[in-house]
Amino acid sequence: MATAIQTSVDLVARFPNFVSLDARAGYSGFIVKKENLIEVATAIRDEFGYDLLTAVTGVDYIADNKMEVVYHAYKTTGGAGLIFRTQAERVDPIEVPSLTSIWAGAEYQEREAWDLLGIKFTGHPDLRRILMWEGFEGHPLRKDWKEAFYEEEAKPFKSRWPEGHHTYAEFKNPFHDNLNFPKDFDPENFTVTKEEDLYASLERDSQTDEAGNMKTDHVVVNMGPHHPSTHGVLRVAVQLSGETIIGLKPVMGYLHRNHDKIGERNTYLQIIPYTDRLDYFNSMSNNFGYVIAVEKLMKIQVAERAEYIRVIMAELSRIQNHLIFIGMLMNDLGAMYTPSLYSFEERELVLDVFEAVSGARMMCNYFRFGGVVRDIPDFAMQKIKDLVFDRLPAKTDEMERFLNENEILVARLKGIHVLNAEDAIRYSVTGPVLRAAGVPYDLRRADPYSIYDRFDFDVAVRHNGDMLDNYLIRFDEIRQSLRIIEQAVKQIPAGPINSQKPQYQVRVPAGESYGRIESPKGELAYYLVSNGKPNPYRYHVRPASFVNMTAVETICKGSKIQDFVALLAMLDVVMGEVDR
Amino acid sequence: MYGKGIFKGLSVTWKRFWETYTEDISWMLRGKKRYFTEEGVKARAHKDTKGIFTVQYPEEQLIAPEEFRFVPFLVYDEGADGKKEPRCTSCGICSKVCPPQCIWIVRTNDPNTGRPVPQPAEFYVDMDICMNCGFCAEYCPFDAIKMDHKFDIASYHRNVYDLDKLLKPASYYASIRPENYAREEEARKAKEAAKAAKAAASVAA
Repeated sequence: MATAIQTSVDLVARFPNFVSLDARAGYSGFIVKKENLIEVATAIRDEFGYDLLTAVTGVDYIADNKMEVVYHAYKTTGGAGLIFRTQAERVDPIEVPSLTSIWAGAEYQEREAWDLLGIKFTGHPDLRRILMWEGFEGHPLRKDWKEAFYEEEAKPFKSRWPEGHHTYAEFKNPFHDNLNFPKDFDPENFTVTKEEDLYASLERDSQTDEAGNMKTDHVVVNMGPHHPSTHGVLRVAVQLSGETIIGLKPVMGYLHRNHDKIGERNTYLQIIPYTDRLDYFNSMSNNFGYVIAVEKLMKIQVAERAEYIRVIMAELSRIQNHLIFIGMLMNDLGAMYTPSLYSFEERELVLDVFEAVSGARMMCNYFRFGGVVRDIPDFAMQKIKDLVFDRLPAKTDEMERFLNENEILVARLKGIHVLNAEDAIRYSVTGPVLRAAGVPYDLRRADPYSIYDRFDFDVAVRHNGDMLDNYLIRFDEIRQSLRIIEQAVKQIPAGPINSQKPQYQVRVPAGESYGRIESPKGELAYYLVSNGKPNPYRYHVRPASFVNMTAVETICKGSKIQDFVALLAMLDVVMGEVDR
Repeated sequence: MYGKGIFKGLSVTWKRFWETYTEDISWMLRGKKRYFTEEGVKARAHKDTKGIFTVQYPEEQLIAPEEFRFVPFLVYDEGADGKKEPRCTSCGICSKVCPPQCIWIVRTNDPNTGRPVPQPAEFYVDMDICMNCGFCAEYCPFDAIKMDHKFDIASYHRNVYDLDKLLKPASYYASIRPENYAREEEARKAKEAAKAAKAAASVAA
């Protein structure tokens, strides 16, 4: 695997006084003194060329009384990444300089770290809670925080066996010593916060003058959370001048379930079915990223046949995701039902394959460490071949004939919501949206994982960065995925489908790993910290659509509110992944 | 010409529209039923399917592949005079591997010696919490817990299944998963034969 983090970049030589190599066993990268973080980060971006900051996250090392912020930076020209981290004393307020001035894409991820870990990023333009609600007390990802109905630090719970007398969770008192309340909390007089902060943040953005225009008042409109076109329970506070968007803030967290914390309670194996529920359209890709991260930590080889099966499944998943994308984009533009049902028809056939191999259509839970659960049955293999060689290419052509020249559609898409390449990189946008903006950055090529380096395919790229290109690039990607599967089903060798013995509790050596894949929506990455115990010490998901959302405001400022609905379809957000 | 693309697109919908009729008529001419038959449902999941694609649930249902999984059940072998012999030894692996921790087992203890007996005294699966991941069936060393095909278990009350509701005969298991069943039986027989051969060898020695 070529994704090993290289340390050939000599940051220590460049900054001998405040950068040191991370010498802990199983760790790599550099530790930067937090006072000099901005200076070092600027050099990393400008001198060393790491222009894409993919992940920002924190780790609570409670035993060392340290809070650590980990950054993963990559080059959009490809190659291995650079990990750098900074540590702060774990005494409130924990302050670390914000990197939003260098990589704008850090904005939401830093807000998330503030929300869940309580790391205060000084200099952040809009440091509010993002997933938890305003007025929430505490920071749930801290190691000393306990959730309601807290039972034990880690699964398996001892109450289940051998004396497992069934009780309902809600019979236990959730308010025992699990929850923290503010000191002066009085449930009788509790009122919901008025969200002044949210609207104040809109004010900050709307201080643009409109010289020469007729003087109008701005209107704040709340779209969602129960709006049929917001792709789940997303709420957006939009500030309008007439019908032009002049400021916008997404409000998320309605589906928040603290996936990271659940992961830290689970054993390594138990996390796999939970990853299915992140981006529920692509459970195969979600599994893929996670098992790669764990396999890196365990340093195990994947069975040869399983590698091919994984690639076939991940690419089928991409195809059906893009089919839904096309259907849902049409749906949001007002072309209800017909295009989306045409695309759902093909998707159902792909899901039939998933069901035959894994047992479930959407929550597949198919990947295991070292391989996959079971081999593809012969009839399913035949179906994959039928679909890939026969049906899907024809249906993709038919879809193009059906829609691509439609004048109304082109008028709705062309030149709308342009995201240029510089902004896309600055905002850490990945996936088809980045490629439609003209940056040919595809992890399958740029930083190949699994066996993608064996296949012959082109990185789909378009150059305008508008809605039309975002739409067309999905067709290009479907074609390239078909190409990859065609090669994979021809080359797939016989053999075992797992290199490991099936075991329900795996041993994972201490250390950290960052497993990233090109999911259909962009870079999906898992950051894991193991301390050798059966449960991960830190488990973090870097979801593609959450980070892509950072660019929403920039993209849609100045465009009409009617087009905003389509923008969500263009970014292909899935709230299960955004909120986690 | 403006509007050409729209007409081109409409030609696709037009073709699809007619296909719903031509398909039905061609099935009729062949004297076959396209709806409410297994053959018809199969044809609609085939790669050459065209025309009406929907499956009229609940009158029709998709044909579940062997590996289809929904909530778990416990397998019992039918002993002499129809006695239920659960395969479960209450080893607890399923409850340990269960991601949402919905399996509750009480192990049987010998009342005299106090030592564990390989048999569950109580066994609960909280079906409202079960996420249908299939780990319990996958990691059970005794082929005692398996995933079911029956998925319509919605009810007005809560679904905590006890031993009574969980136990299903091995013949039922064989009927929903014939290939898996055959494979496991073969492995079991091979294991028993090996054991017998070993025992015979030790006796001979």
